[in-house]
Amino acid sequence: MAQITRRQFIQIGGASAGALAVGSGLATKWWGLDRDPIPDPETDGDKVVPTFCELCFWKCGVLAHVKNGRVTKLKGNPAHPLSRGRLCPRGTGGVAQLYDPDRLKQPLVRVNKRGEEVFEEVSWDKALDEVAGKLLAVREKYGPEALALFTHGYGGSWFSHLVKAYGTPNIGAPSYAQCRGPREVGYGMTFGQGLGSPESIDIENARCLVLIGSHLGENMHNTQVQEMATAIGHGCELVVVDPRFSTAAGKARYWLPIKPGTDIALLLAWTNVLISEGRYDAEYVTKYATGFDELKKHVADKTPEWAHPITGLKPELIRESGRFLASFRPATLIHPGRHVTWYGDDTQRARAMAILTALLGAWGRRGGYLLPSPLEIPKFPYTAYSYKPKAPVDRPASLYPLADETLASGLCDATIPGKSAYPIKSWFVYGTNLLQVLPDPRQTRQAIQELDFIVSVDIYPSEICGWSDVVLPECTYLERCDEVWSPAYKQPFVAVRQAAVEPMYESKPGWWIARELAQRLGLKDYFPWKDSVEYAEHRIKAAGLDCATLKSTGVILGKRVPTCEEEGAQLSFSTESQKIELFSKTLAAAGHDPLPKYTPVEEPPPGMFRLLFGRSPVHTFGRTVNNRFLSQIVDENELWLNTDIAADQALKSGDQVVLVNQDGVKSNPIKVKVTQRIRGDCVYMIHGYGHTAKGLRFARGRGASDSELCTRYKVDPIMGGTGMNVNFVRLERPESA
Amino acid sequence: MKSRYAMTMDTQRCVGCQSCVLGCKAENDLPEHGFRDWVVVETRGEFPTLTQEIRSQRCNHCSEPACVTACPTGASHVAVGGTVLVNYDKCSGCKACIAACPYSARYVHAKGYIDKCTFCLHRVQRGEAPSCVDICPTRSLTFGDLSDPDSEVSQQLRGRKHKVLEPERGLEPNLYFLQ
Repeated sequence: MAQITRRQFIQIGGASAGALAVGSGLATKWWGLDRDPIPDPETDGDKVVPTFCELCFWKCGVLAHVKNGRVTKLKGNPAHPLSRGRLCPRGTGGVAQLYDPDRLKQPLVRVNKRGEEVFEEVSWDKALDEVAGKLLAVREKYGPEALALFTHGYGGSWFSHLVKAYGTPNIGAPSYAQCRGPREVGYGMTFGQGLGSPESIDIENARCLVLIGSHLGENMHNTQVQEMATAIGHGCELVVVDPRFSTAAGKARYWLPIKPGTDIALLLAWTNVLISEGRYDAEYVTKYATGFDELKKHVADKTPEWAHPITGLKPELIRESGRFLASFRPATLIHPGRHVTWYGDDTQRARAMAILTALLGAWGRRGGYLLPSPLEIPKFPYTAYSYKPKAPVDRPASLYPLADETLASGLCDATIPGKSAYPIKSWFVYGTNLLQVLPDPRQTRQAIQELDFIVSVDIYPSEICGWSDVVLPECTYLERCDEVWSPAYKQPFVAVRQAAVEPMYESKPGWWIARELAQRLGLKDYFPWKDSVEYAEHRIKAAGLDCATLKSTGVILGKRVPTCEEEGAQLSFSTESQKIELFSKTLAAAGHDPLPKYTPVEEPPPGMFRLLFGRSPVHTFGRTVNNRFLSQIVDENELWLNTDIAADQALKSGDQVVLVNQDGVKSNPIKVKVTQRIRGDCVYMIHGYGHTAKGLRFARGRGASDSELCTRYKVDPIMGGTGMNVNFVRLERPESA
Repeated sequence: MKSRYAMTMDTQRCVGCQSCVLGCKAENDLPEHGFRDWVVVETRGEFPTLTQEIRSQRCNHCSEPACVTACPTGASHVAVGGTVLVNYDKCSGCKACIAACPYSARYVHAKGYIDKCTFCLHRVQRGEAPSCVDICPTRSLTFGDLSDPDSEVSQQLRGRKHKVLEPERGLEPNLYFLQ
C-alpha cells in the first residue's frame, strides 16, 4: 500500500488528470468550490520490466510495473504469444508471492529430527559448505548416481546442469509420471511425437472441441482458455466428458456425465460409430495411417449399446454425440488433456484419443493438432560432462521401456532399500513439494528416512522443506533472471525472464546457488559465466538475435513455418512405420495391447465415493495456497457432493466432514458443497490444500489434502505413470472439539 | 452528443476465472477483501439436465442512479460518460448509497469511505480500457461509448441477444450481459 494517504494522492491524481483530460468532454460538476476528481490509484510503474510468469508452468509473458523499487502490479505482455496481453488470475498474484511474509528468508540447517521443522538460521557460506560436504561424501561413499534431483519449474535448469556435472543421471520431474507422461507416450506411439508444453493445438480454429475429463477454464492455461473463448465466439461447439458439470460443460452442446474410469469404453464406441457409419476421413487414413483393418475389427462390437452399461451413458447420447463431433472434421479437436494420470490405463486412453484424432483427420490440420517448431537458440558451449553415468535407477530393467523421461515416483521407490539396482542416498529437491506431488506421502516420508542427506531449494517453507537437512531460500521469479526459453510451438519465440527488483532478505537466485555449489564441488569449470544475464546474452547473441531488443520487449518471435496441411506443411511421422500407427506393433512387441482395450475399474465399496481432484483458476497445486492475494477468492477447498447423496447423508452446504479413505487415512475437516453438478458415485475437491508446514502460516490447516488420501495408486504398465483416481473415501462428521 | 459509457459482458465466453476481479484489485490498489467486481455462477436444473450462466458483475453505472439520489453529501455523483463516481473527500460513510443500490456494487473501504467501480476512468481518459477489460483472458468484457453507433459495444448490442439485471427497477443500468 502507498504510504501517502488516500486523500493526498487523490489531490495529486486530480491535478494530473486535469492536464490529461483536455478535450475529452469531461463533465464538470461543481459542489461549492471543489471539483470532483477522477480517482487515480497511481499503480503504474515508473519502469516496466518484461519477464515471464512462474505462478504456473505455462510461463506467460508479463510486464512488471515497478514504482519506487516495489512491484505494484503485473500485466500481460501483448507481444508474448502465450499471454497475448492477458493474464490469468494467478498471474496477477505474483506480487503477493514476492511480498509474502512467510517466504524463506535465510538458509536453514536442521536441528531436530527430519519432519519436526526445527532449524537454525545460518549464513550462505555455512549452508553451502554443508551441502557440498554432504554431496561429496555421498559421491565418495556410493558414487555420483546415488544423488537424485527432483525438479519442477523453470529455475531448475541450473541444478540439472549441476548434478549432471556431478555425475548422476537421476533427474526426475513429477510433471511426467504424475501428470502428462501417459499422454506423451500415447500420442508418441501413434503419431511419432508427443505434445510437450505448451501443446501446439489449434483451439482457436476448432469447430468442435472435445474435452475428455479436461476442465479447461478451471484449469487456466492462459493461451488455451483464450483460444477456447475465441473459438466459442466463432461458434465452436463443445462436447464435454466429465463426471462433473465443469465450467466447460456449462458451455457444451453435449455433456456426457460419464462414470469415472470408463472413458476408453466411450472412445471405442465413438470410434465404432465413426467407422461403422463411414464418418471418418477415409482419404486421410488411407494416405497416412496403418492398422485400420485391425482397428475396424477391434471396435466392430464396441457399439454404443456395449458402452452403455459400462459408462452409464445412454446409447443414443453416445451415438448422437459421436456423429456430431465427426460432422466438424477435420476441425474437431479432441483435447489431449494435461494431468492425465488417473487410472493406470492412461496411456491406452491417450492412444484411444489419438486414434480418434487420426480418424477425424485432425493431426496436422487447421483446428486440430499443429506441427510445432522452436526458434533455435544454440546451447551454451559448456565443457562436456566428464562422468559417464550409469542408467537411471527409476525403473527396474524390464519395466516401462517406453517411458521417455525419468519417473520421479521411480526415484522415490528406488530410495527404499532392496528395490533398485543401486542405492539412492541423497535427494536434491528444487521447487517441488514432493509430499503433495508424489502419491502415497507415507512412502515418500519412509524413503526420506533412508537418505544420508536431503537438501531443498524453495521460495516457501513447504512440507518437503520441513523434511530436509538443509533448506536454501531461492528468490522469486520477479527477482531473478533464468534460463532463456524457446519451446517448440506453433509460433516460435524466445522469451527472457528478467529481475524486476533485487532479491529480498537473504534469498538468492538459483543460478547463483548452483554456481556456488559447483565451486565447492570442484565443478567450477562448468559455470564459466559471471551471472545468468551474461549466460543468457551469450546464447541470444549466438542465435544472431539482439539482446537489447529482447530486454526491452521480453520476447522475440521467430519466423512461423507451416503448421498444418492448409498452410502447406508436409505431414511426416517418426513412428517405426513412418505412418500413423492405429495398431501399434511397438506396444505389441513390448507385451501391451496394440489397440486400446477397456479394462473394468474397481467400484467404490458401498458407502464410499471415488475421490476426484482438479484445479481452481486462482491456484496452482499447493504452490499458491499461501498466497494471501489469490486466497481472497478461494481460501480453502470444498468437497463437491451430489445433492441426492447429501440429502441421504443429511448434509448441507457448509457442513464440515472428515474423509476416511480405504486405508483408514483421515483428512482434515473440509466443508461440503452440495451440488447438482456431480455424479453421486464420486466426490471432488481442488488439489493442493491441507498444508501442515508450520512456516506456511496462512495456508496451514486450510482445507483437506487429497494427496494424503492418495495412499493407493495404479501404475501404468506402459510408462510407469501413477494413476491416482483410484482412492475411495467415506464421509464422517468431525469429532466435536 | 454526450458520451454514454457502458460495458458488455459476454456470458458465453466467460469462464469465471476471476482475472477481472484480481486485476481490478491490483490496478486500483484495493484493500484486503475489498472488491469492485465479482463473479456470479448460476446453475439451473437437476442432474444431469443443467444449464449454467457465468457473469462478471460490477457497478451498472445506471443512467438513473439510485445511489446518487440517495447520497446526502453529494459524494456520489455522475461524471464523464455517465460514470457514477464517489468523491471520497465528501463521503461520510453513511451507507445510504449501499442501501439504495440493488446490485450490491458498493462496499465500505478500510479507510471509511464508500468505494465502487470507476470504470477505471483514470485509464479511460488516457485512452486505455478499464483494467478488467484489459486483463480478461477470454475477452468477455468490452467497454465503450453507446452514444457512438460505431463503437464495439453499440455493435454488439445491435447484433447479440442481451439483458441487463433487474431492468424493472427503472435505473437504466449500463452493464449488458450478452447471451
